[in-house]
Amino acid sequence: MLTTKGKAPIVSRQMLVFFAILLSYPLWADAAGLYEYLGIEIVIFIIYALGFNLLLGYTGLPSFGHGAYFGVGAYGYGLAQLYLDAGFIPGLLLAMLAGTVASGLVALFLSHRRGIYFALMTIAFGQVFWFLAIKLRGLTGGEDGLLNIFRPDIDFGLFQISLKSNFAFYYAVALIAVLVTLLLWRLVHSPFGMAIQAVRMNETRARFVGYQVWWIKWTVFTLSGAIAGLAGGLLNVAQESAFPDTMSLHASGLIVMMVLIGGGFVSFWGPVVGVIVYYLARDLLGSITEAWLLWYGLLFMAVMMFSPEGFAGGWGKLVAWVRRRKQGEVLMGGAQND
Amino acid sequence: MTESPPLFVAEHLHKRFGDQVVLEDINLSFNAGSISGIMGPNGAGKSTCFNVLTGMYRPDGGSVFFDGEDVTGLAPERIVEKGISRSFQIMNLFDEFTALENIMVATNRVRHGLHRPFWDLRADSEISHKAAEVLAMVGLTGLENSLASDMSYGQRRALEIAVSLATEPRIVFLDEPTQGLGADGRANLADLIGTLQEKFTLVIIEHDMQFLFRLANRISVIHWGQIIAEGTPDELKANEWVRTSELGKMTTC
Ligand SMILES: Nc1ncnc2c1ncn2[C@@H]1O[C@H](COP(=O)(O)OP(=O)(O)OP(=O)(O)O)[C@@H](O)[C@H]1O
Ligand SMILES: [Mg+2]
Repeated sequence: MLTTKGKAPIVSRQMLVFFAILLSYPLWADAAGLYEYLGIEIVIFIIYALGFNLLLGYTGLPSFGHGAYFGVGAYGYGLAQLYLDAGFIPGLLLAMLAGTVASGLVALFLSHRRGIYFALMTIAFGQVFWFLAIKLRGLTGGEDGLLNIFRPDIDFGLFQISLKSNFAFYYAVALIAVLVTLLLWRLVHSPFGMAIQAVRMNETRARFVGYQVWWIKWTVFTLSGAIAGLAGGLLNVAQESAFPDTMSLHASGLIVMMVLIGGGFVSFWGPVVGVIVYYLARDLLGSITEAWLLWYGLLFMAVMMFSPEGFAGGWGKLVAWVRRRKQGEVLMGGAQND
Repeated sequence: MTESPPLFVAEHLHKRFGDQVVLEDINLSFNAGSISGIMGPNGAGKSTCFNVLTGMYRPDGGSVFFDGEDVTGLAPERIVEKGISRSFQIMNLFDEFTALENIMVATNRVRHGLHRPFWDLRADSEISHKAAEVLAMVGLTGLENSLASDMSYGQRRALEIAVSLATEPRIVFLDEPTQGLGADGRANLADLIGTLQEKFTLVIIEHDMQFLFRLANRISVIHWGQIIAEGTPDELKANEWVRTSELGKMTTC
């Protein structure tokens, strides 16, 4: 039941909370037993997941092959550094372009499909890209990956900013996350956002009130592919390399799980929550047991069973319940419990 | 009275699914400002006929003209742009949207505003005002902010009609709008459709003969994929097939 309700300010209250946490993270990470590099990966995946949820949560289109566009971005960024010496910002733009082109081409085949056929084709295309990443050794480095992509400085002409430190790079990623958040928030609260939700709810009716549904699906898929490409490019900067693993079916499945566990179907913020839960589970559970992924899987199952709408859904219900109780108390004179 | 050409014409429509011929040879014409009725037994091909006229299926033969323009086989979204819209026999609403949002999303202004990211629809009082007017047309005033899925069956039927009016069509096809409604609901709907006639040309599929006899200017009967009878309500009341089938309850055929 993801619907955009009420007037949509440019910046909402939840958004300010998110930005505050995002931008202050390096200041308290240490104290909380976390570290800067973890923040970098989390924020990169938040970017990826927010874009992915445009497709999954808002438009209702399940893609199990989005790792492909993430990976294409990572390789695109790497190749741009190796062969074009592109620099940070042009490299990221090229990563985005690579994600856009790859997903845009695939979307041409997908946008007339729905349901299970759509899902299966996303897997098939995802596997094609993964296979290519492994087989085109000359270009991608095959199974070893594309290595030694050193972080360039951000070049502003008059001055440069070095990204060598994780602290500096974290803030570059965080600023990009702020921009992507503002953009996606605007988009889902615009007429286009309303149209994609209409497509999710009833594709047939959407056509019969005049929407060119295949075009809408194409646009959303390509947009989420572009954002995946951007995130992939950023991961390359973080890891100074690109690996075919990011394109595997397993990796593509993880982003779906993250978005679902966080509640992407009920809230714009679901993907953010989901990514944080995943990484905290990985680090906290991972420090206790090697089998952390098993526990994460069980957590996923538990959430899907007891709160199918994820953490955000559970939270929403809790807030509604508390509100009802408060109102109840007011009505009943305050003192009574039921 | 001068004869102006009909607003909507279908000629020799033919449609089959596999080797099942559903529409053999259908000829229909609807005059501007009129209410036309379509009757026929279950499975006669009435909904299929609407589906072909409104772009869901491309006909295997024949042509469709709207206001003199050939619209045969155009996709639904193109058909809508021409000024043709429809409701569905099995309800097709945006269930997680409110009644008002169901209407807003269907309006031409919103549809043509997809490239305007800074347009905050819910803060645009002109758009919501217009949408509320459409809801008022079908008697849903006061329910603007109810979720479509929370509305009663009868209200959803009304909303189904309202959504098809929201695209500002010139001609509206209603597929069994009274289905599942009780006697009161039917009477209300008949009144409503009477008022819509001032603004729209209407074509209504309906099993309830009395309903059509009361409202329609002309009625066509589809059977075996053909138009087996056509005329004013009075002419049809005298028609052999209609009389016998009414006795034998047409719905059971
Ligand atoms: N998409 C389809 N594929 C195959 N057969 C179809 C399809 N749509 C309709 N039919 C068949 O065409 C015939 C006519 O169906 P249609 O729905 O047009 O009848 P109808 O006159 O609207 O009946 P009712 O009064 O029950 O609504 C039926 O035999 C139906 O099974
Ligand atoms: Mg029917």
